[in-house]
Amino acid sequence: MASAPFCPLRPGRTAAHKNGMDVQYFIELFFSGLTRGSIYALIALGYTLVYGIIELINFAHGEIYMLGAFTALLVAGVLGIMGFPAGGILVVAALAAIIWSAAYGFTLEKVAYKPLRGAPRLSPLISAIGMSIFLQNYVLLAQTSEYLPFPRLLPDMEFLDYIDNIMGPSDFLILVCSMLAMVALTLFIRYTKMGKAMRATAQNRKMALLLGINADRIISLTFIVGSALAALGGVLIASHMGQVNFSIGFLAGLKAFTAAVLGGIGSIPGAVVGGLVLGIAESFTTGYISGNYEDALAFALLIFILIFRPDGILGKAKVQKV
Amino acid sequence: MMRPVSKAILASIWFMILTFPVMGIKLNTVEQTVEWQFDRIILLGVAIFFLSLLWNWCFSRKGRGLPLIALPSGMGATLGRLCSLPLRDSRSRAVSLTVLLLVMLVMPLVSSFYQTNIMILALLYVMLALGLNIAVGIAGQLVLGYVAFYAVGAYAYALLNQFFGLGFWACLPVGGLLAVLFGLALGFPVLRLRGDYLAIVTLGFGEIVRLTLLNWTSLTGGSGGIKNIPGPSFFGKQLSIEDNTIFIYYLVLLAVILTIVVITRLKNSRVGLALQALREDEIACEAMGIDLARVKLSAFALSSCWAGFAGVIFAAKSTFINPASFTFMESAMILSMVVLGGMGSIVGVVIAALILILAPEYLRAFSDYRMLIFGAIMVIMMIFRPQGLVTGERRKYRINALKGEQA
Repeated sequence: MASAPFCPLRPGRTAAHKNGMDVQYFIELFFSGLTRGSIYALIALGYTLVYGIIELINFAHGEIYMLGAFTALLVAGVLGIMGFPAGGILVVAALAAIIWSAAYGFTLEKVAYKPLRGAPRLSPLISAIGMSIFLQNYVLLAQTSEYLPFPRLLPDMEFLDYIDNIMGPSDFLILVCSMLAMVALTLFIRYTKMGKAMRATAQNRKMALLLGINADRIISLTFIVGSALAALGGVLIASHMGQVNFSIGFLAGLKAFTAAVLGGIGSIPGAVVGGLVLGIAESFTTGYISGNYEDALAFALLIFILIFRPDGILGKAKVQKV
Repeated sequence: MMRPVSKAILASIWFMILTFPVMGIKLNTVEQTVEWQFDRIILLGVAIFFLSLLWNWCFSRKGRGLPLIALPSGMGATLGRLCSLPLRDSRSRAVSLTVLLLVMLVMPLVSSFYQTNIMILALLYVMLALGLNIAVGIAGQLVLGYVAFYAVGAYAYALLNQFFGLGFWACLPVGGLLAVLFGLALGFPVLRLRGDYLAIVTLGFGEIVRLTLLNWTSLTGGSGGIKNIPGPSFFGKQLSIEDNTIFIYYLVLLAVILTIVVITRLKNSRVGLALQALREDEIACEAMGIDLARVKLSAFALSSCWAGFAGVIFAAKSTFINPASFTFMESAMILSMVVLGGMGSIVGVVIAALILILAPEYLRAFSDYRMLIFGAIMVIMMIFRPQGLVTGERRKYRINALKGEQA
């Protein structure tokens, strides 16, 4: 699979810094790790929310993220040709991506997972894999197999010049937006009625049903929230990388899943911690060792965690029953 | 009647809005123009309307416990009898199998070079699907990185040939053995995992193998792959390309027959029954005194072995390999054959593998939509017919002695 999912350093600042292993380089790597880590965290939240409620690895979640990036690209392209100002385009494109991705996530659940409630555990997983392949090829056939350029929409942020060697406008935007999204999610889950219902359903679906919670509605809501977060991640990374392709979802999805497992699947702070840890670990590996095995690192990490601590950093151990 | 129709209209409007950006907008970034493709959206809306009606109808039938396709009463029975006719007794079974074998034997002699090549590919996939069927269908261990073992086999032959000059026949067992070793290497650490976690770990394993092959340039040649892999020698002499293809065809055919025989025997053996117990319930299986670790490892070993053999044959057939042949999509394709055919069913998996490889080759119009259809098949089969086209049958044991006592 041809992929250039995340660039470890911003263009133009690789060669000079790679030689010296100074503090500056270290800090730069740390922040670029933080940037990509927060994207992983945004996607990982979707995995963790869904797993928490219906114990399903939503294999097609990476595709939702890709659809978000694609929708943003298309909307931004149309608005750009019509001649709207750059800042406005970014906001509208991001909103469109979030709305459409949420709709895709909702539809995905209704079509591929809802009919399989109560089926043997592997059935929905196979259905999810099928959906992932389907969505990838849907975009491939409807659009193109090539990398499409994402327009440059970010304004220059002058205040960043003071810390210019550490991050650029897109890194800054990613950190701020993902931070805001995570805070908003935490508040939503903790303090709203729907959030409470989500937590109740995650704890015990049957009991929640008995208490008058519409579990189907809560599951749909979970998919919508998770997809919206993934779409936000998709828009941010597309504007950061400057290109979008139908296959970006597969790798990003797997890595985000790794992050979710690393933090303890089902746990919301776990997904954030896992995402950041994975992002920083990858960034240091690329910066100090070699970029070639960057993807292999994530998979190796995933295998190690699942074998030695399957409940992750913040997860709780569960007893398996017949 | 009104409800399904209004539902279908709603669904069709919903999908038209949903697919609007991806389907309806085509950007031309060079000339800065937008192409609006409303015709596609309208077409999709109409298609969704009918699909939604069909979807609802299927669910209502499923809900009432009826089969999806009901033939007129007489026809269904006749068709069933016709289908079971060749399998009814051992004699007619032998006759029909002989006819099938003869057709398969004569095929490369009368068909073109191109068609023989397609047939080889299809038979290789039959072998792979049957191998994966051991792990997924019989033992219930969802392996998503099956293609890694295929790659191990192919690279084993290519590298041993390149560096040590070993021939095809020496490498065939080595490739199988190496794949088994890799299967055990994967199986041992994942003994504690089950279900979905196992699936993801095997996927990661498959990707690691592929990435290693891609990046270890000094050994494997990276994305450039390995060229000029010789075909199998026929009693010590190398054949021409045409003869070689026919020879490989017979080789694969033999391998497939061998696979079918071994798996049929395996299914009803002690190990096979233990594997099926593992599929049904791990904890109950352990409580019955089955050594879980051993059974799981044997599932991995038995399954990966066939992929290793298939890999060696694949390398000899294509004379060139590179990591691009061993992506996750390949694993997913093999998995969809197992899912379509029916997990645990040998006949079903063979038929499904042949359909899924041959149909896109002969129906060129569909070949672009191949992966799209594979994905859809996995979803639809899981929802409407999780047991697959052909239900995997278990051997039934009848105790005749008891009957005798009662009489």
